[in-house]
Amino acid sequence: MSAGYISESSEWTFELIERYNQEIGQIAEEYRLDTYPRQIEIISAEQMMDAYATVGMPIGYHHWSFGKKFLQVEQNYRRGQMGLAYEIVINSNPCIAYLMEENSMMMQALVIAHAAYGHNSFFKGNYLFRAWTNADAIIDYLLFARRYLSDCEERYGEEAVEMVLDSCHTLMNFGVDRYRHPPQLSARKERARQQEREAYMQTQINDLWRTIPRKEADAPPPDRVNYPPEPQENILYFIEKNAPLLKPWEREIVRIVRKIAQYFYPQRQTQVMNEGWATFWHYTLLNTLYDRGKVTDGFMLEFLHSHSSVIYQPPFDHRYYSGINPYTLGFAMMTDLRRICEKPTDEDRRWFADIAGSDWLETLDYAMRNFRDESFISQFLSPKLIRELKLFSVLDDDRKNRLEVTAIHDEGGYRHIRKALSDHYNLSQNEPNIQIVHVDIEGDRALTLRHHQSRRRPLHRSADEVLKHTARLWGFDVRMETVDESGKVVNTRECSLEN
Amino acid sequence: MQIIDRRLNGKNKSAINRQRFIRRYREQIKKAVGHTISERSISDIDSGDKINIPRRDIQEPSFHHGQGGVRETILPGNREFISGDRLRRPEGGQGGQGGDQASDQGEGEDDFVFQLSREEFLEFFFEDLALPDMVKTQLAQVTEHRRVRAGYSHQGVPTNINVVRSMQGALARRIAIGGPHRRDLKKTRETLAEVLEDRALSEAERKERVTALEAEIERLEGRLRSIPFIDDYDLRYNNRIDIPKPTARAVMFCLMDVSGSMDEQRKDIAKRFFILLYLFLTRHYERIELVFIRHHTSATEVDEDTFFHSRETGGTIVSSALKLMLEIIQERYSDSAWNIYAAQASDGDNWTDDSPLCGKLMADDIMPLLQYFAYVEITASEHQSLWHQYAEVAAIHGHFAQQAISGAEDIYPVFRKLFKKETA
Repeated sequence: MSAGYISESSEWTFELIERYNQEIGQIAEEYRLDTYPRQIEIISAEQMMDAYATVGMPIGYHHWSFGKKFLQVEQNYRRGQMGLAYEIVINSNPCIAYLMEENSMMMQALVIAHAAYGHNSFFKGNYLFRAWTNADAIIDYLLFARRYLSDCEERYGEEAVEMVLDSCHTLMNFGVDRYRHPPQLSARKERARQQEREAYMQTQINDLWRTIPRKEADAPPPDRVNYPPEPQENILYFIEKNAPLLKPWEREIVRIVRKIAQYFYPQRQTQVMNEGWATFWHYTLLNTLYDRGKVTDGFMLEFLHSHSSVIYQPPFDHRYYSGINPYTLGFAMMTDLRRICEKPTDEDRRWFADIAGSDWLETLDYAMRNFRDESFISQFLSPKLIRELKLFSVLDDDRKNRLEVTAIHDEGGYRHIRKALSDHYNLSQNEPNIQIVHVDIEGDRALTLRHHQSRRRPLHRSADEVLKHTARLWGFDVRMETVDESGKVVNTRECSLEN
Repeated sequence: MQIIDRRLNGKNKSAINRQRFIRRYREQIKKAVGHTISERSISDIDSGDKINIPRRDIQEPSFHHGQGGVRETILPGNREFISGDRLRRPEGGQGGQGGDQASDQGEGEDDFVFQLSREEFLEFFFEDLALPDMVKTQLAQVTEHRRVRAGYSHQGVPTNINVVRSMQGALARRIAIGGPHRRDLKKTRETLAEVLEDRALSEAERKERVTALEAEIERLEGRLRSIPFIDDYDLRYNNRIDIPKPTARAVMFCLMDVSGSMDEQRKDIAKRFFILLYLFLTRHYERIELVFIRHHTSATEVDEDTFFHSRETGGTIVSSALKLMLEIIQERYSDSAWNIYAAQASDGDNWTDDSPLCGKLMADDIMPLLQYFAYVEITASEHQSLWHQYAEVAAIHGHFAQQAISGAEDIYPVFRKLFKKETA
């Protein structure tokens, strides 16, 4: 039998990595995983820390905040508080997966299955990634960005570039388009385009931003519409296109940060699914490898040990509890989905009439392609899983003295929990809703942001800092009004450039 | 699929980002370094440092929710709750009553901690001292090396071959590889002897067996012969490694006036003055002993902690310290075996009648024994008698230097001559 094993020692070699990749690849093909070509890179622990610190953008531009992250990672690693991530994988074509040289052969195989097949096929298949990211171009774009920024540093000084970057970084989460405009050109779209062009022309001829405000005091203001005509939620985009005083290179930096934010936006929306999918596949692929007698019992024991620590979910009152582990939730949901397809119970048939008993490969593939965390959970979280994880929901109202348990894992609570958990992953609910509503073109050119408060949740006080950065980019005063659900202004902040 | 080995590509990709981080938080780091200097003993100064920065100082701001309002959380691992239960808010700010303030306190608790390397630490230390660049590099670098034996290695140049070790290795290898052949050989020879003795065999049979066995013996002997006497693999080389440096030993005397007028700030400047001399000495001496002498009207030898942190009142008689130093030198540090350096910090006060005695002690008895004596007077007022007496000493002895200073940046000139000798 031993002749069938790919390897028996825990030492890896390049030949063995190649062999494992072939074997895993063959099984992946049988499961019809559709992936980008793979590129596997072997790096040292220190390089892993580098990659980690730059959020997996090994060729990103330079900024002190990455240095801060690096120091943090390094310190934790040295103290032994944290193992390094097994892998980093980049959504690019070819898909680059990093393997750390310290890993054992088993870990390398695990990472290949997890990253080079799991994440890779997710990047290629999921609708958000397909719509928002361009895997073919990202590496080139990052290279361009880095070169552009270092050119700027040479020309305008590191400090100046750093200042712009700092300001952009504070608004990074507000530099993304959340919804794609319909691709077909509607009349409205056409008009918007034209307005955009017009606005562009206006900036060119400096009418919108004429230095001396017109003083036709008596004439009633011509029927000028509010500017911008519709609230804008992509703050960085608006600044890039409209900030009056930005120099062209500053505008380009705003654009770069915005583009990178947009590139990462799908990842932020699919963390549970993405990790769940990759974990499900490394588990399935390596188990198949074992069933076929390709790996030893020792390999399997080592694998199960690290697999189960990855998907460990401490209970809420545990000292290591820090939120719901996306690996646990994702893996459990994917596995559960397969179970519902293969061995549905009566309960499953009631809850998931359309998929109970269907082909599990097709159903999983469909789920991977067409959902993000929020919709995935609201669609597929089963009562059985809610019971297994013993989920319960707690309502915290700062006007009441006590917290209230609103639902637990019982018949009356499933739907509530599913809805609440799904909301938890809904970025547009999770992040404050802030939009640009007005620019005082006629007057002091101040920019007005409106924060729509929901459930009385206030902004963190660092919002004042962010306003300063916004004002720095905008070049004029920035105001922010917070309105409650009835539309009443409950709070205003202001940052004027004089102080 | 493609496999690329990136391990040899540069690490330290984050080095630039790290530098930028340090540059940005210069002020905070400097404060932390200053704190370390006052806490740490002089002989510990020459290493890296752990820096703590309050986390809220380096927070990157963003629009996000603060505490408060209504929120609903899903938690795993329910054991005893049923819906409708009302619970007390857990302590520790989680509940959100305190709003922003509570969360800020929460953040402040865990500082951002990271390690500053030795070079970075020294750079911060040098910053206020206004050292010339040349001196900075000289102090920060460990330049001199000495080669010492460090076992054996598989690689090396032929001149370093260690014959005994190599032959030992070769012998062991020959025994190990030849073992099975030798065993077979022995067995075959025994069989041959038996065959020759065996009367039961016919002549033809015996001849045939003997020929076969002899052929086997020859083959095995050939095998044994073909084991190389010495192989590349056996070679062992004497291994030598570089270890930083120097040769002799030195003793450094720190003399300080601890009368009431020397406040914490002056002591801090004095400490930097002593550290600088110490750093200089570590470049040149393998072993440095520190002797701390403090004085007011009488002098005592103390440990470092007492030296910097206790305070006395009363008058000042400098000669008491000089006499004590002289005694210690004669007792423990003969000038033939030790290089003796001394650094004295004072606010310039001295009992007027004592100053001539100090001058005489220095000029006649002490200076001939010393490599260098540096005196700093940390004062803004007029020089008093001691300064003038020392000025005369300086006129006689080239290795005496004195300087009146008001801040850390004035320290360096007092060592100028000392460092100049080195950098020249």
